Amino acid sequence: MPQISAVGNTLVLAGEITAATVPRLQKELSHVLRQKKVSHLDASGIARMDSAGVAFWEELVLKLSKRGPLTIQPASEEIRGVLDSFRSLDLEDVPRPREPGWLERIGGSVVDFWSSFKDSLYLASDVFYWSIVGIWDRHAARKGSLAHQCIVLGQTALPIVGLLSFIVGFIISLQGAIPLRDLGGGHYLANILAFGMVNELAPLFTAIIVAGRSGSAIASEIATMKVTEELDALRMMALNPVRYVVVPKFHALTLMMPLLVTFSILLGELGGAIIALGYLGISPEVFISRSVSVLGLSDFLITYAKSIVFAWLIVIIGAHYGFRVAGGAEGVGRSTTSSVVASILAVIIADAVFSLLYL
Amino acid sequence: MKNPEPVISLRNLEARYGEVSIIKDINLDILPGEISIILGGSGSGKTTLLKNILRLEEPWSGSVKYWGEEVVGMDELRFEDILRKIGVVFQGGALLNSISVFENVAIPLEQHTHLSPSAIERMVRVKLNLVRLAYAMYQFPAELSGGMKKRVALARALALDPQILFCDEPTAGLDPLTAAALDDLLLDLRAKLKMTIVVVTHDLASIHRLADRVFFIDGQSLLFSGTLGEAKASGIPAIETFFRSGRYG
Repeated sequence: MPQISAVGNTLVLAGEITAATVPRLQKELSHVLRQKKVSHLDASGIARMDSAGVAFWEELVLKLSKRGPLTIQPASEEIRGVLDSFRSLDLEDVPRPREPGWLERIGGSVVDFWSSFKDSLYLASDVFYWSIVGIWDRHAARKGSLAHQCIVLGQTALPIVGLLSFIVGFIISLQGAIPLRDLGGGHYLANILAFGMVNELAPLFTAIIVAGRSGSAIASEIATMKVTEELDALRMMALNPVRYVVVPKFHALTLMMPLLVTFSILLGELGGAIIALGYLGISPEVFISRSVSVLGLSDFLITYAKSIVFAWLIVIIGAHYGFRVAGGAEGVGRSTTSSVVASILAVIIADAVFSLLYL
Repeated sequence: MKNPEPVISLRNLEARYGEVSIIKDINLDILPGEISIILGGSGSGKTTLLKNILRLEEPWSGSVKYWGEEVVGMDELRFEDILRKIGVVFQGGALLNSISVFENVAIPLEQHTHLSPSAIERMVRVKLNLVRLAYAMYQFPAELSGGMKKRVALARALALDPQILFCDEPTAGLDPLTAAALDDLLLDLRAKLKMTIVVVTHDLASIHRLADRVFFIDGQSLLFSGTLGEAKASGIPAIETFFRSGRYG
């Protein structure tokens, strides 16, 4: 049992001074020190001490020394050995790194953003260069890598793109059907749905899903390759990592994104058709003819152009965050998260630009 | 002279992955205050044995006792009381990358004691000073070299003043000078803190520097246990090959 007591001006510590007993001793100490003025410390009765006990002892000695002259009755030789092993009083202070102020943080963010933006432009130029060269010069590409990436980035996204598009088409139609019917314009649902899905919802939703799913996969794959020195190994084999790792993904998503958008449009229309046909009683012929009538070739061209730009943004941003990873496994997670946030933001901004250009 | 009571004793321990037996019939005693080396070739089951002793993997059969208390099948909460008395240094350090060196060492103190923040800070500084890394306390694991990471891992393992310290391949991947410095550190800690240390390694130089007792694992079972001198004089071909060539398996 640990004991702390004051006899006259002597503070006596005895028993076990360990991590388990120190919190209780601390409470008792403050009580004792409020009542007595201590100038002598008796440690001869300490039976056992660990590093927590040493920390407590040192803080006690420092505290009492500040109050006035202090003499110490030494502990046993064994305890003195423990005190010596865990002694912290003569350790040099390590200055804490200074936290940057708010202005520095803002400035740092701006500089970081600008440097990141420049790096991504350099990477984009590299990717475009090698992707064009790669179309004619296939010998540096891994055999089957394009097909493999088409499956990984495109085909495996079909179920989630299809399901979400179907639900979106269904919900929009459901929400729109009631006011349209009340206004006597239920048959316009087909027009609204077709126009909305083709021009806006399908490309945007597909891009957001692909950014979250495939963009994060690209970032984490490249970041892991960097952390495990696979990219360095490629360089040492005289293989350009951009050409070898990024370009197949770039080609694959450029091909697959328009297909995914087409799939999204069809499934969205199907979801809407259930409401139009089942709830509003529109015939299939009217639904199809009204859907087609509202769309022109330019709508599809802009949508597919948009989807290809989204695909490029997703691949380049994913690769950019993958290449700039720092800090091991923790860094891979950070890069992946940042890439998803940045690609979704970039996709939405690009969509807004397209909307402004082709109003 | 009668041996002191073992701090860890294994009886008929068997570990399996699925149907495949990795080690079996392991009987050994770890004595207090000694540095015990579990050695053997690559794939001999050293790390599996360590994981079974630490219950990171549950033994297939047999008994593992800490201070005479059976831990196989013991509930997690009771085993945590035992875990607080042991420290483990993993092969790669296994530091938490998202927090600083200081916070890595402070975690067990913050979670398992009710000490004041100033006492915890003092203890962390002392533990980092023991591994000669007090200057790096505000750095992050990603900024450290492999040897530094292992020393921080050692400081973290020492945070709660463990009675037993386990080290899995502490010198793996280190240059000879850093490896020797780490071994000297373990010897110094044993002398100062009177800890029992269990080291899993096949680094011959480390074995020669550290071993009070060696346990040689071969062919899934414990081939030999005794002092280093006894091992060398045992006349067992596998052990002779190991010590002669410096390589095995």
